[in-house]
Amino acid sequence: MLMQIKKIFKFNGGVHPDGNKAESTHLPIARLPIPKKLVLPLRQHVGNIAKLKVKIGDHVLKGQMIAEADGNISASIHAPTSGKIIKISEEVVPHPSGLPDFCLTLEPDFKDQWIEKKSIQWKKLDSATLIQTLTHSGIVGLGGAVFPTHMKLKINKTQSINTLVINAAECEPFITCDDMLIRERADEIIQGALITQSILNAKHCMIGIEDNKIEAFQSLTKAAKKTSIEIKVVPTIYPSGDAKRLIYLLMGIEVPKEKRSIDLGIQVFNVATVAAIYRYIELGEPSINRIVTVTGNVKTPQNYEVLFGTPLPELIKNADGKETKIDKFIMGGPMMGFDLPSINVPVTKAMNCVIGSSPELFLPPKPVMPCIRCARCADACPVYLQPQELYWFSKSSQLEKAIDYNLFDCIECGCCTYVCPSNIPLVQFYRYAKSEIIAEEKAKEAANTARERNEFRLSRIEREKKERAERNAQKALGAQEKQATDEKKLAISDAIKRVKKNQQENIKNKNE
Amino acid sequence: MITALLVMILLAILLGLVLGYSAIKFKVDGDPMVARIDAILPQTQCGQCGYPGCKPYATAIAKGEADINQCPPGGDAGAKALAELMGVEFKPLNEEHGIQKPKSVALIDESTCIGCTLCIQACPVDAILGAAKQMHTIISSECTGCELCLPPCPVDCITMEPILESSETWKWKYPIYNIEKIGKV
Amino acid sequence: MIQHYFLIIISTVLVNNIVLVKILGLCPFMGVSKKLETSISMSAATAFVLTIGSMTSWAINHYLLEPNDLIYLRTLSFIVVIAGVVQFTEMLMEKNFPLLYQLLGIFLPLITTNCAVLGIPLLNAQSSHTLLESALFGFGGALGFSIVLILFASLRERLDGAEIPLPFKGTAIALVTASIMSLAFMGFAGLDR
Repeated sequence: MLMQIKKIFKFNGGVHPDGNKAESTHLPIARLPIPKKLVLPLRQHVGNIAKLKVKIGDHVLKGQMIAEADGNISASIHAPTSGKIIKISEEVVPHPSGLPDFCLTLEPDFKDQWIEKKSIQWKKLDSATLIQTLTHSGIVGLGGAVFPTHMKLKINKTQSINTLVINAAECEPFITCDDMLIRERADEIIQGALITQSILNAKHCMIGIEDNKIEAFQSLTKAAKKTSIEIKVVPTIYPSGDAKRLIYLLMGIEVPKEKRSIDLGIQVFNVATVAAIYRYIELGEPSINRIVTVTGNVKTPQNYEVLFGTPLPELIKNADGKETKIDKFIMGGPMMGFDLPSINVPVTKAMNCVIGSSPELFLPPKPVMPCIRCARCADACPVYLQPQELYWFSKSSQLEKAIDYNLFDCIECGCCTYVCPSNIPLVQFYRYAKSEIIAEEKAKEAANTARERNEFRLSRIEREKKERAERNAQKALGAQEKQATDEKKLAISDAIKRVKKNQQENIKNKNE
Repeated sequence: MITALLVMILLAILLGLVLGYSAIKFKVDGDPMVARIDAILPQTQCGQCGYPGCKPYATAIAKGEADINQCPPGGDAGAKALAELMGVEFKPLNEEHGIQKPKSVALIDESTCIGCTLCIQACPVDAILGAAKQMHTIISSECTGCELCLPPCPVDCITMEPILESSETWKWKYPIYNIEKIGKV
Repeated sequence: MIQHYFLIIISTVLVNNIVLVKILGLCPFMGVSKKLETSISMSAATAFVLTIGSMTSWAINHYLLEPNDLIYLRTLSFIVVIAGVVQFTEMLMEKNFPLLYQLLGIFLPLITTNCAVLGIPLLNAQSSHTLLESALFGFGGALGFSIVLILFASLRERLDGAEIPLPFKGTAIALVTASIMSLAFMGFAGLDR
């Protein structure tokens, strides 16, 4: 393994937080019994909310599509088990805001009856058809970004994919769902990678894995023996799992600002995502479950294969706190995750890990001291930003300046916050500034449409006025003409009468 | 004394000639300021400033006829931006023109609506859909919340609904944290 | 000879800086230094007006006032001339550089009230400079003004995010900063040895 690390390109900064991964890898992936009800948010992905396809009272089968992708950037939702739709309502979803969103509630009938599963002969089909079928799969990036996968497979005619990178780095502490998935189902991942490679028409396929997952590495090598897939070991450093950092680690290619890796012929997928692609294409199973790490201050930290929509309390029923009570739950890892607003949320496609937090496990935040401009954050920043400057501008709401200092290139990895000797919650400031800027832009856009619509209305009123004036003028003209013709007619008939009279008089005169 | 007067008069005439000539030579049509002011205004077209829309108000500001603090939807932040652009001192919002309210959209109670089309004629951004004797409805994504449709409605079936925060419009809050107290170890 | 002109520039920019040493032109220094972009624009406009203004006022002084023994009219006539030059610049810019004109906005006419712009022609007249010297003196003064204004604007942008005790917030801390800058510029007095 050491030999391979030498071929690796090291990126700037990064940190080495305690892994805490061993706790949840003792036990194999467990399956959870079907819960009494499933709450399925209609927005479990980046993009448009999915369109409902069922009514209250409908009976659905396992794997049946219950909400369809609306537009390109959207993903479908499938019934995780057979049962009845009992409610369509707004429920609290796992989102840092704690605000409710539209959800479907499914009452399982515990028969777990599958809809007819159709495997797809992917070797005989072309990429476009395969991508089209994948739009109905409901698969999104399972690493946590939840971007619809079919959109990542679509490439322009001008682009061509050279390398497919499978992300198995999983650099966040505590999270082991990908690790366990690889250990137990390396074959599915390799198969999925091959399918993805053929859809993308990529020349190479490379799997990047951190050097702390030795067992996973071994099972991957075993599974990939007869394929051309290359497995590269990268050093354990946070955030090696960020797509662009991983590309740099593996190939030494820096993805430029405002470009996507696809422009350079590289596309990155998470291991769980390619496994889901395999399951959809070969087995006909859409995205209805995922592996979730339950760890932290719980009795038996373990990975579970959980149906989407499973209420979180079901998942942690057998995992009460240890000596100290759990004060809150963190979704995602301790670096990039967020505190769940409530325990009564469903498991979604984005939920890779749930950490039971306690003051013992995560010390309460230390008091914040002023920034001393030591620039340790700049040393730790993996994307070469100046976090201390960004902090300064975000703090004083000088948003334009923050944009100038490339705020939007920040990946919110939290390395700066981790190393800050003054304990400043830097990333929170960046998140604040980013959402403030986005909101401002939206308001500006709305104002522009309003201006356009108002101008259009004014010009329309002006035009209508002109048209009306024209019509009136025409009418007046018509009336005048009519009068004129009437006068003419009168004159003619007068003349005729006069002529006739004359003629008669003439005749009279002649006769006399 | 006379020379002093003469010199000053000469100077005045000279400068007057130069400026007068260049005023003709470098004449520019239109005022680019209007567009820049208009870009800051929130485009609700509500007329609370006393002008029939955002553009007329912008024109009035550019001409110096109107003050910068007459736009309630823009609020103090808008007045601040205008003050910065115009290079004048910031003034808080003039309450004669109204106060800043939370952003809302109009909602027609569809069971009460009699289909009189009066609100359609009042809407400055054509955000109301309907026809004579047909029920009307508001395209809420286009509604600027100007409230101009409220007074003409003969049956008072339009209400203003404040826009609630949803997970789409939700923003991360400004971080609040404790600063270490002096003397605490 | 070149050395002489070089010295004029150096002395006006650094040693006798118009803002920090002569304490002239403080109103734009405090008023236009809230944002870096506007302060850069202001500097450019001032540089233009100062150079042209110094030259025209030299001409007025040399050809009109001095021959007629009307030196007491200097302040009055210079104000008139500078106001005229600013007006002229404004019109010229509006026609030929509309973008720059828009960028400067209100600050362009405000230059008229800049005491540095009046101060430099008066200093020119006092030290009976030649035309070239006047122009260089004006340009150097403007350069010094620009450097200080831009530096100060950058500092003030930083001040926005700093945790300042309440009584010092706003103009107070800006003035403290300006005086510290002034102290720093005193150090350049050692250059002329």
